[in-house]
Amino acid sequence: MVKAQDNYVLDLAQNRRGLALNRMCGSLKHAENRARFTAGEAAYCDSYGLSPEQKKAILERDWIAMLDLGASIFYTFKLAMLDQKSMQYLGGVFTGMTAEEFAAELRAGGRKFG
Amino acid sequence: MTWGLATSHVPSIGAAMDNGKTTDEYWKPLFDGYTPARQWMVEHTPDVAVIVYNDHANAVDLNLVPTFGIGTAESYAVADEGWGRRPVPPVQGAPELSEHLVRKVIDDSFDVATFHHLDVDHGLTVPLSVYCPEPGEAWPCAVVPVLVNVIQYPQPTAARCYALGQALGRAIRSFPRDQKVAVFGTGGMSHQLAGARAGLINKEFDRMFLQAIETEPDKLAALTREDYIREAGTEGIELIMWLIMRGALSGNIRRVHDTYHVPASNTAAALALFEDLGAKETV
Repeated sequence: MVKAQDNYVLDLAQNRRGLALNRMCGSLKHAENRARFTAGEAAYCDSYGLSPEQKKAILERDWIAMLDLGASIFYTFKLAMLDQKSMQYLGGVFTGMTAEEFAAELRAGGRKFG
Repeated sequence: MTWGLATSHVPSIGAAMDNGKTTDEYWKPLFDGYTPARQWMVEHTPDVAVIVYNDHANAVDLNLVPTFGIGTAESYAVADEGWGRRPVPPVQGAPELSEHLVRKVIDDSFDVATFHHLDVDHGLTVPLSVYCPEPGEAWPCAVVPVLVNVIQYPQPTAARCYALGQALGRAIRSFPRDQKVAVFGTGGMSHQLAGARAGLINKEFDRMFLQAIETEPDKLAALTREDYIREAGTEGIELIMWLIMRGALSGNIRRVHDTYHVPASNTAAALALFEDLGAKETV
C-alpha cells in the first residue's frame, strides 16, 4: 500500500537495505568527517562498509540510485550540501528538471497529483 | 499553559534569517505573515517552551529510532547538520519540568525514551527563531524538547500523537510550580522531498488542516499515516506533530493568527498561533 503512494518511504526494509549508506552520509555532520570524505571518497565509503553498488552511486552522485539502494533523503542531503547542491537541485534530479525549473514549479504553487 | 504555536521548520527558513534575506522578494511574503504572531508572542513570553519536533539525522541514528522521546538535559548544543552550526545561542533546558513530564506521561502509559545528550537541529531551532528572530546571547525561554519519529515508517498514528498531547497537557498543568509554558508543534505542511512526486503541494489539504487544527482536531487525529503521506507527501506526515501541540492545549482556545505560504524551498509553510484561555481562568 505504501509503495503505491511513494517508492521511497523509509520503512524497516529500506532502512536495513540502506543502513551503511545512510550512516556514512550521516557521519558528514562532523566537520572532520567531511574533510576525510573529501580527501578520499572511495576509502571513506569502504570504511563504512558500503556495497559496491552503493559506493558507485555515491562516487557518481547518482541520487536516484542512492534512493533505490536504501537512502533516506535526510541523510543524502548532507552529501548534497557538501557538494553545495540545494534541495531544489535534488527535486529537479528526481523529476527530470533543472533546479531552476523545479523551483519555478514550486513558485507557481507546487506540483499536483491525483 | 499560555499559548500553542504550530510552525514549519524548513532549514532554509533558518538560513534566510541567518543570512539576512528575510526582506528578499522570495522570502518577504513568508516573514510578513509571521509578523502579527511575533508581536503577540513578544508580549507573552513563556518561562519554558515545550517544543515537539523531529530530528533530521543529527541526534537520532537509524540504528535506534525511538517513537517518542523527551530531552532531560540542562542544555542542548546546536547541531552541525553537515553545513556548519547555525549562528544561534545554545538552548537552555528545563530539567525539572522534563523529569516531571517524563514521569507523568509514563504513568499515563506513554513509554517515552529520554535524551540526556541531544544536539538540537533545525527542527527545533527554526521554530525558536520563528518565535524570536533576534535572541542575542540567549533565547528568551528554557526548552523541553519532545521528539517524534516521523522519518521512519511506521510513524506513530495521528490519534496516538493527539493523545500524547493530551497527556502532556495534563502533565504540564500538574507541575507544582508557577511557570508559564508554551507548546510548539513543528513540521509540515505538504511536502515531498524525494522520488517522482517531489515538489507535491496540496493546498486544499493544507488549508483544511490549518482550519481543522483549531476546531476539529478529532477529524485530523482519525486520518491514517497513509492518508497523510498520500495527501500531504511523505514528509507532510510531520503534521501529526501539530496534533501533539493541539492536544496539550485546553479545550478553551482562541486563534491569535495564522499564515500559509508556498513555497519555502520545496515545501508549503504555515504558522498558527493559539492563546490558551483555559490558563487565564485559573490565574
